[in-house]
Order: sequence, then C-alpha cells, then structure tokens
Amino acid sequence: MIAEAGHYALVLALALALIQSTVPILGARWRDGALMNVARSTALAQLLFVAFSFAALVSLHVASDFSVVNVFENSHSLKPLIYKVTGVWGNHEGSMLLWVSILALFGGLVAAFGNNLPLSLRAYVLGVQAWIASAFYLFILITSNPFLRIANPPIEGRDLNPVLQDIGLAVHPPMLYLGYVGFSISFSFAVAALLEGRIDAAWARWVRPWTLMAWIFLTLGIAMGSYWAYYELGWGGWWFWDPVENASLMPWLAGTALLHSAVVMEKRDALKVWTILLAILTFSLSLLGTFLVRSGVLTSVHAFATDPTRGVFILLILCVFIGGSLSLYAWRASALKQGGLFAPVSREGALLLNNLFLTCACATVFTGTLYPLALEVLTGDKISVGAPFFNLTFAPLFVPLMVAMPFGPLLAWKRGDVVGAAQRLMAAGVAALVAIALLWAWTRGGAALAPLAIGLGVFVIAGALTDLAERIGLFRVALPLALRRARGLPRSNWGTAFAHAGIGVALIGIVCETTWNSEYIGTLKPSEGAQLAGYSLKLENITQRQGPNYREQIARFSVGLDGAPLGVMTPSKRSFTTRGSSTTEAALLTRGFSQLYISLGDTSADGAIAVRIYHKPLVLLIWFGPVLMAFGGLLSLSDRRLRVGAPKPARAARGLQAAE
Amino acid sequence: MTRRQRRLTMIGGSLAVLALAAALVLNALRDSIVFFSTPSMAAEKHIPAGKRFRLGGLVENGSLQRGDNLAVSFTVSDGGARLPVTYKGILPDLFREGQGVVAEGAIDAAGVFRADTVLAKHDETYMPKDVADALKKQGHWKDDYDKKPAMPAPQPSQGASR
Repeated sequence: MIAEAGHYALVLALALALIQSTVPILGARWRDGALMNVARSTALAQLLFVAFSFAALVSLHVASDFSVVNVFENSHSLKPLIYKVTGVWGNHEGSMLLWVSILALFGGLVAAFGNNLPLSLRAYVLGVQAWIASAFYLFILITSNPFLRIANPPIEGRDLNPVLQDIGLAVHPPMLYLGYVGFSISFSFAVAALLEGRIDAAWARWVRPWTLMAWIFLTLGIAMGSYWAYYELGWGGWWFWDPVENASLMPWLAGTALLHSAVVMEKRDALKVWTILLAILTFSLSLLGTFLVRSGVLTSVHAFATDPTRGVFILLILCVFIGGSLSLYAWRASALKQGGLFAPVSREGALLLNNLFLTCACATVFTGTLYPLALEVLTGDKISVGAPFFNLTFAPLFVPLMVAMPFGPLLAWKRGDVVGAAQRLMAAGVAALVAIALLWAWTRGGAALAPLAIGLGVFVIAGALTDLAERIGLFRVALPLALRRARGLPRSNWGTAFAHAGIGVALIGIVCETTWNSEYIGTLKPSEGAQLAGYSLKLENITQRQGPNYREQIARFSVGLDGAPLGVMTPSKRSFTTRGSSTTEAALLTRGFSQLYISLGDTSADGAIAVRIYHKPLVLLIWFGPVLMAFGGLLSLSDRRLRVGAPKPARAARGLQAAE
Repeated sequence: MTRRQRRLTMIGGSLAVLALAAALVLNALRDSIVFFSTPSMAAEKHIPAGKRFRLGGLVENGSLQRGDNLAVSFTVSDGGARLPVTYKGILPDLFREGQGVVAEGAIDAAGVFRADTVLAKHDETYMPKDVADALKKQGHWKDDYDKKPAMPAPQPSQGASR
C-alpha cells in the first residue's frame, strides 16, 4: 500500500511539474500575474508530493518490505537501522529519487524565499526548474521505478553492497546531490534571463547565494567522498582520478569560476554573457556527471548498450537540456546588453584570469574523462587515462592560478596596481621563501619540487592573511582600532580569506602526503612487530567477532612512539555472508594532522596475516582545506549584503534597451 | 590603454592560456595513457618488453602461488592465450581464482608480466567490464557472469592494491 501511494505521489508530482513548466511561462509572456503565481503553489505542492514519495521509500526500507524489488535487492532484515535508511540512496532507483527530491527542495526554496524576485523572473525560473523536474520524473517512472513489486515476495533481501555499509553513505551522496542539483537554480536563472532578454547586476545578486550554497555542499560532498574512499577502500589513496570522481570535480571547477564571474557582474555589470554561459555549463556538467555515473557508460561503452533504455533516456535528457540551453544562448545572448570592457590589470581582470584557468583546468579534466570513451567508440581501442595524465595537465594549470590568487583581492576595481600589490605581498613572499629554504635544508637531497609546492601553499595562506591585515590596517593603526575594524569587515571578505587559505592548506596536505608517505607491507604473526617512521607497532592477537550481518576478524595492534605506549589500533576484515564478499576496515590513529593507517590482507596457513601500515604526515589537511573553503563560503553566504535583498533592478536603464 | 588595446590584451591572454592547456593535454595524451590488452591480444600485437599496459583476463584456477614476503604469482588467461604474472604486495579483497582481474605493469625479458598494480575494479559479479567485453568478443563468455549489471554507487567503488 505504501509503495503504491509513493508511486502515485510521484505521478502527481509529475503532473504538477507539467503544469508548472507551462502555465507560469505563458503568464510571464502575457504579463498575467495570476498565471505567474501558479508557479509558487505548484512548486511547493510538488515538494510535498516528492517528499511523501521519498518518505514512502524510506519507510519501505526501514520496514524491510521485501515484496518491493528495490528493497529486496538492496536490503537485509539484519542490517543496522542507519544502513537501512542510507541504503535507500545506495542504489540506482533510490538515488534518482533523492536527486528529484533535492531538485524539488530547491524549487520549493525559491518559491518560499523568492518573494523579492520580480514576479516574471520567478515565474520563468520556476518554469525552467519544472522542465528539468518533469524530465527526471519521467525518467524515474519509465525506466527506474523504485516502487515495483515482486509477484512472489522472498523472505530475505540480498543485502546492500558491503562497501556501502558505512556512515559515509549517509553523508556523501546527499551532500554531492545538494551540490549538483543546487546548480540547477543558477541554470534556471540563466535560462530565465535569456528568455526574458534582460539581465542586470541585480540578477547576479539573486543568483549568487544559490550558487554559493550549491558550491558549499559540492565542496563538502567531494571532500567527504575522498575521505570515505581513503578509509574504506583500504589502501590509503584519497583521489584516484576515477571518472566518477572527475564527474563531480568538473561541476566544482566550473561552479567556482561561476562564483567569481558573478562577483564581477554584480559589482561592475560586466562579463554578463560569460556568466550566463558559465551557469549553463556548470549545470550541464552536473547533468553529464549524473549521466556518466548512472548510465553505466563509464565502465564500458558496451555496458551502456546492454541496458539501453536508461542510458538512452539520460542521454536524451542531456542532449535536450544542454543542446537546448546552448542554442537558446547562441540565439539570445546577442540580445543581452553587453557589459563594459575593463582594464586587464584590475580586480575584474584578476577574476577573469581565475575564470580562464579554472575553465581550462575543467576542460582538461573533461578531455581526460571522455577521451577514452570517444576512442573506444571510434576505434575500439581500450585505454585508461589515469593519474599521470592529470598530473601533467591539471597541476601546471593550477600553479599559475595559485600564484595569482593572493594578488586578486589586493587589486582595486577598475584600475589595479600590480607593483603595489606585490609590495604588500612582500611579507607573504618572504614567509614562503623561508618555508622553502627550511624544508629544503631539512630534506636535503629529497624531492626538489615538494618544498616549492609547500612554499606556494604557504604563500597562498599568508596572502589571504595579508588581505585581511591590509583591510583592517593591522600594524598601521592602533590594535584596538584594527580589532574594531575587523569586526566591522564584511563577512564576505572573511569568507574570501578563509576559502583562499583553504586551497593553500589542502595543497600542503596533498604535497606532504604524496611526498613523505611511508609504508610497511608485510606479513606478521601474533606478537611480532614492525617499525615505521619512528613508531613501533606490535600485533598482539587476532580475534573473531560476530557482527549484525557479518563475521569480523579483528587484529589488535599496540602502538608506541620512542618506547612510550600510544594506544591500540584494531583494523579488521569483515565478511558478509549474504553477498559472499568482504571489506577491509582500516584502523586510523590520528596525531595532530598526521595519521597512522593499518589495513589487513589475507591470513596465510601458518597464522600470519598480511598487513599494510602507512604513516601519512599531515594527511588530514587535505580535507581540512575544503572544510575551510566551505566555512568561508558559509561566512560569505551570511553576509548582510546577500540577506537584505537585492536593489531594485535598474528600471531607468530599461528604456535604453531598445534592442531587446 | 585604449579600448582596442584592452580587447587585444584580453583576447591574447585568453588564447595563450587556452594554447597552454591544449599543449599540456596533447603532450600528456602522447605519454601517459595506458592501453588495455588480454593475453591473446598481447601475443597478437607483440607488445615489446618494458612497455606498460593493462592486462585483463581470468585468474586461472590453481595457478595462484604465494612466495615469501607477499610475493605472488598467478596466470591470467582469456581462453586463447595465457600469461604468467608476478606481483608483490597485498591482493585486493575481491581477488579470486577463476575470477576476472586487471593488472597494470609490463612484460619483462623472460616474458613474465610484472604487475605493480592489481585492480579489483568490478562489481559483485566479480567481472571487470573491460575483461567481460574482451571475453565476449572472443567468445569465451560464461553466462553466469552476465547477471544483472551492478548499480554504480555514487562513489568510487573500486579497490586496488599497489
């Protein structure tokens, strides 16, 4: 009964979305307020029905109703409650339902909090939002219905993939989807601007908080996924340049560029057409990511062909939305009033440089991800494009970006002064040089590039601090005055500093982890020990334990540093009977930002167990950086300027836009 | 700076960055991509010793031998040809005899494939897609592998051992 109700609610949501996709837009065309206002109520009602549908699927999973195919295939009555809930989106159908739920959530938010938007703009935005929603409701209802029943219900389910039975699944996919789908709002705003043929600085101010929100979630989602892979997959890697990861990195890069270009548009009324294009591209890349992950085309072009309905359907959605929006762009962009041209050396020039490097970096990731697919289709050759490719392309593009990053906020709008900025960055530069010299002396004969890269990270962090110090006049005015100024400084300035510093922090973590990672791989018998990076580890014993739906083999290690005991680490191996597969649960010991990492291999006949022990210096900085970035984004989002509402769009200027 | 100069600077700068990106991509595509082969494809193409590639196939039943210090050797076959593989390290959780495997490395002078990475990049049917496709093409496909394709989870669902 619940399953049928959930299914029916989804059909009703589709019906509402179809109304929402046509009526408000006609209303905006005919300037009919009543028709335009339909958008608000349908968006809210749609959210209600989708939320009901989603809740229905959750309750089916919690109740272990194995008469529903989706529950049977991905759940087990003995599974802990939290994984019964998270298992809802640990599979194709459920994750698509989560996708549309979040889409409806964002639509509902625009409807509920978009009261200061001009009526016609809101109607267009929600209308476009409903086009996307309709397409995905159809996709779910036609090809991936999560509410299908089985004729003869089995007694027990097939359990969730053990790798996914982890708290990471509770956080990572929802965060990632909030990011992916959040960009649909900037997309809808962009298409609405093209349909209306009007765009101004006020538009940029409305779009920015939504983009920022999506960006924060995407940043956290990617970082969370990376940490999850790090501890769950058992060999200590945190980024694999896997196409699935690239699929989330591409919208992040484009979204970051969009955030920066929207600033230029808001402040200087320039880069308008480019910002619109970026908004379209960012969401297109999100759609592409969904397509790559969901269609099975990644694992193989042929896997795509074995289950054609889903793949072809998403490909169709992809073509319609990307092709349609880009054609609309080509057709209408010239009708938009062009912004002014600005001096290359200026804040807006620096932001443009940022955009150039970010979009180029995004393009290289795009090439590396899709080239193997294209080659396989064209020639049948199978190749793999892995880390070496991305290290050779992505890294060289990010280095100049990071060198330029501290300069940007120090340049004035309109006409900047590079020499002046360089003088003010002198202290940051000196800090970086000292860091390089110290590291070089310390690791003499070691990697030559690592100290340089860390120096770059220090420069970026010190540059962010310099920007703050300059703004509050630290060391130039009395300290109490400087502190008072610091309190009065707009939160967006703090946000910029945190986000930029976060990049530097992450870079330092990445370089330290990859350069000075030490590992021990070998077999140990109980009471044997190993030495690694000054730590002494001893295997105390190996025990067995019965978990709720698995058997677990636990190895107990005592860890000491310089003779003093530090603690106990208990890595384990779980074997799940239902799926006949096993997972490795790594044990982590955190010291400051560094970690010791132990994962287990096979046990041999003589009772020895294969172990992998890593010491990863400063590894936590890799994820602490993105957290700082997201925190900066949050500060910026709480800025008064974005809350008090946008100024009225430039009415006087409209008279001048005879072209539209 | 005149308007014209500004525009030229912008366009010039953009083109320079784009050219840089294109040069980097082309350079990297020449050097850093790795081809995929099965044992029979490797034999056919006479891949020279020392050239890196990805070897895919089935681990032959009874071929897995463990030596000292985590050294392992096994044989990969695709029904047509066989290739001995050596590896040092911990094999992934999902490594099984009779199941599919993908290994990355190069053939040495003695004709043994020295793997530095063994990937278990596959789903619960224990069949890497690359291997499945290659085997299907060569007609050595067992039907029981071809159950339902796994749903890719929204996270990297591969494991590997280095």
